[in-house]
Amino acid sequence: MPETLLEVRGLNAWYGESHVLHGVDMDVRPGETVTLLGRNGVGKTTTLRAIMGIVRKRTGTLRFDGQDLMRLPLHRTAHAGLGFVPEERGIFSTLDVMENLMLPPVVAPGGMSVEEIFTLFPNLKERRSSPGTKLSGGEQQMLAIARMLRTGVRMLLLDEPTEGLAPVIIDRIGDALLSLRERGMTILLVEQNFRFASRIADRFYVMEHGAITTGFPVGELEARMPELQELLGV
Amino acid sequence: MRGSEKALVALGVAALVAAPFVFYPVFVMSMLCFALFACAFNLLLGYTGLLSFGHAAFFGGAAYFTAHAVKEWGLPPELGLVVGMLGAALLGLVMGVLAIRRQGIYFAMVTLALSQMFFFFCLQAPFTHGEDGIQGVPRGHFLGIVDLYQPLNMYYFVLGVFLVGVFAIWRIVHSPFGMILRSIRENEPRAISLGYGVGRYKLAAFVMSAALAGLAGGLKSLVFQFATLTDVAWQMSGEVILMTLLGGIGTMVGPIVGAGLVIALQNSLATSQFPVTVVTGAIFMICVLVFRRGIVGEAIALARRRRKDR
Amino acid sequence: MVTIFGVPVQALLGQLLVGLINGSFYAMLSLGLAIIFGMLRIINFSHGALYMLGAFVGYLMLAHLGIGYWLALILSPLAVGLFGVIVERVALSRLYGVDPLYGLLFTFGLALVIEGGFRYYFGVSGHPYPTPKALAGGMNLGFMFLPVYRGWVVVASIVVCAATWFLIERTKLGAYLRAATENPTLVQAFGVNVPMLLTFTYGLGCALAALAGIMAAPVYQVSPLMGSNIIIVVFAVVVVGGMGSILGAIVTGYALGLIEGLTKVFYPEASNIVIFIVMAIVLLVRPAGLFGRDA
Repeated sequence: MPETLLEVRGLNAWYGESHVLHGVDMDVRPGETVTLLGRNGVGKTTTLRAIMGIVRKRTGTLRFDGQDLMRLPLHRTAHAGLGFVPEERGIFSTLDVMENLMLPPVVAPGGMSVEEIFTLFPNLKERRSSPGTKLSGGEQQMLAIARMLRTGVRMLLLDEPTEGLAPVIIDRIGDALLSLRERGMTILLVEQNFRFASRIADRFYVMEHGAITTGFPVGELEARMPELQELLGV
Repeated sequence: MRGSEKALVALGVAALVAAPFVFYPVFVMSMLCFALFACAFNLLLGYTGLLSFGHAAFFGGAAYFTAHAVKEWGLPPELGLVVGMLGAALLGLVMGVLAIRRQGIYFAMVTLALSQMFFFFCLQAPFTHGEDGIQGVPRGHFLGIVDLYQPLNMYYFVLGVFLVGVFAIWRIVHSPFGMILRSIRENEPRAISLGYGVGRYKLAAFVMSAALAGLAGGLKSLVFQFATLTDVAWQMSGEVILMTLLGGIGTMVGPIVGAGLVIALQNSLATSQFPVTVVTGAIFMICVLVFRRGIVGEAIALARRRRKDR
Repeated sequence: MVTIFGVPVQALLGQLLVGLINGSFYAMLSLGLAIIFGMLRIINFSHGALYMLGAFVGYLMLAHLGIGYWLALILSPLAVGLFGVIVERVALSRLYGVDPLYGLLFTFGLALVIEGGFRYYFGVSGHPYPTPKALAGGMNLGFMFLPVYRGWVVVASIVVCAATWFLIERTKLGAYLRAATENPTLVQAFGVNVPMLLTFTYGLGCALAALAGIMAAPVYQVSPLMGSNIIIVVFAVVVVGGMGSILGAIVTGYALGLIEGLTKVFYPEASNIVIFIVMAIVLLVRPAGLFGRDA
């Protein structure tokens, strides 16, 4: 197993004519939970989407588990072992909860079974025949995470999982992510909620104007709070 | 830029004035009728962003109305054209009210189905004489004095009507009303949010387009002296779309060029065995895939690129 | 002689049967259109031409290769489906990003080429296609005489529609299709080859049209014009039913066929425009269509 699971070097990306990422450098080691912090609009979501291959106009180096992600078409990235949980959650209205859960294909062995998923998210089990969009925001977020767990992906890219959710739900999601960490899942998280991130993250990166400006371990978070609060306008 | 544009227009008009001495007048008149039809259609597609797949109803319908008016009611040609236009406008109002209720692609399908309904009506209505059509349409005397049976007189009459029609479209497009239409084409939600009664503007554009297409249709029935089911068939709706697409959607001159080319093509293929629809279809497919701006559209884009490079 | 509203029962039931048969084809064709539109957001104007192609492939296979109806029932949709796959790969896939009007225009051009070509080679008259021996003859049901083949058409079309509905609504593949209709990028990010799904969908739609064509061959005769005669009626059917719904397309197809049949009995002059009249009414009352989801 390589030292670094995800290696990002000099990642530049464009939305049409707009140059959004200006050389992002990042490492994520196996089993780590890394959080990407930054103001709105700096390019955090774009970074995740560029890693995944949803944003296609990109240059630089992207290596995951030794594989060159740049060459892969979008529908092969998941097979490399990457799972994506978008900001909008992306629950399908024409599918019920169970169909949503079973939708992403299994791309590698080692994924959780449906029973294990229901143990982690018991309220999803109750609602499994409801149409996908009848769930609350929190339940939809859990479903969006849950459905990736069956697939056997090694790393999850999560875009603002706690956005707009009540504290109780946020705690539950935090518990779920910690459980996943225990099982060896690697996580790259984009978040604005410090408290949530500090509960689960090992390391932080700060992004400004489409590039990483600092990185530090969770231990330093307390000390860095004042500068972060100013930087991020929180 | 405006200077060179004006020069080109003047050149074009001069060429059209001289044309009957170089080409068969009927051939050029036919081109002018279809060019007007295509320009009227482009008002709706190119400037309002609505694809109607049923414009044959207005073109062919007006052909019938005008033919009937001059033949059965004995009206002079200019009034016959007015009757045709009014009939087409009314038809446009009825069809428009129903079609506007849907957007985009559904709109196209509704116009297609409604015009097909009109086709069946024309097939069975007594005044159209069904499969035979209305034959022997008299050209009459323009303003009671100009004998339109003389080829040159007829030609300049047609050219005059054509120029009036195109000028009307030009004025509409460049008026505040036309600006609003274009804003609807560019970004309808935005236009709505700005407070424009988008539905009414679309309907108005639809009726205007129908009336002008009717003018072209009535003119055609006078030129060829008959009106038939071919003019109201959906294939005719497809033809005008092709002319506009080939020439350049959203340009003033594009539909004229497109109409000229398609008529010329049809004429040259008429004598050979080769099926015209296959060629038409192939041109459609090629245009849509690689040539969406059409001839004039591409020319304008090329000219703009040249100007930028200087 | 029993009459209903002054019409002999035999005649009424006979026309209803004709209406049901027409409705069977309307249902199958609008189903194919709805599937293609749902996934590709393209109105497949060439659907009528593909229906005609299906019938002709069957006719040619019989005339030149001695391949009969039952084999044609499988081979014709396969061949036309393959043709659809090629068209999608080579051309349609390039049009996904642009205004859907262009998809309509492209398939319109394709329809012109196919029909023009066949008209050139085969003329405009109809070529008869024999009813397969196993389905020949008729049954006397007492209240009416039912030709076996007509009954087969109705039953088979219901089976085909039900099977397609099942594929879309109850299978994993169908779940992929439905999800990809909503959010193709995300489904691709999950590892599903959405471009291939799109190709498959177009091929499936074309195959359905061809199947309808071969089934229609013994009923209507095989003619290059059979596609353009039926396509606009099918468009009206989908406007009435609403494009978003598979079930809606099926139900509306049968229903409008029956309405057409009934009109033929009581008011024959209006029979070829009654479907458009229904469409006009639906547009006034429920613009999204009877089962429509998007407006």
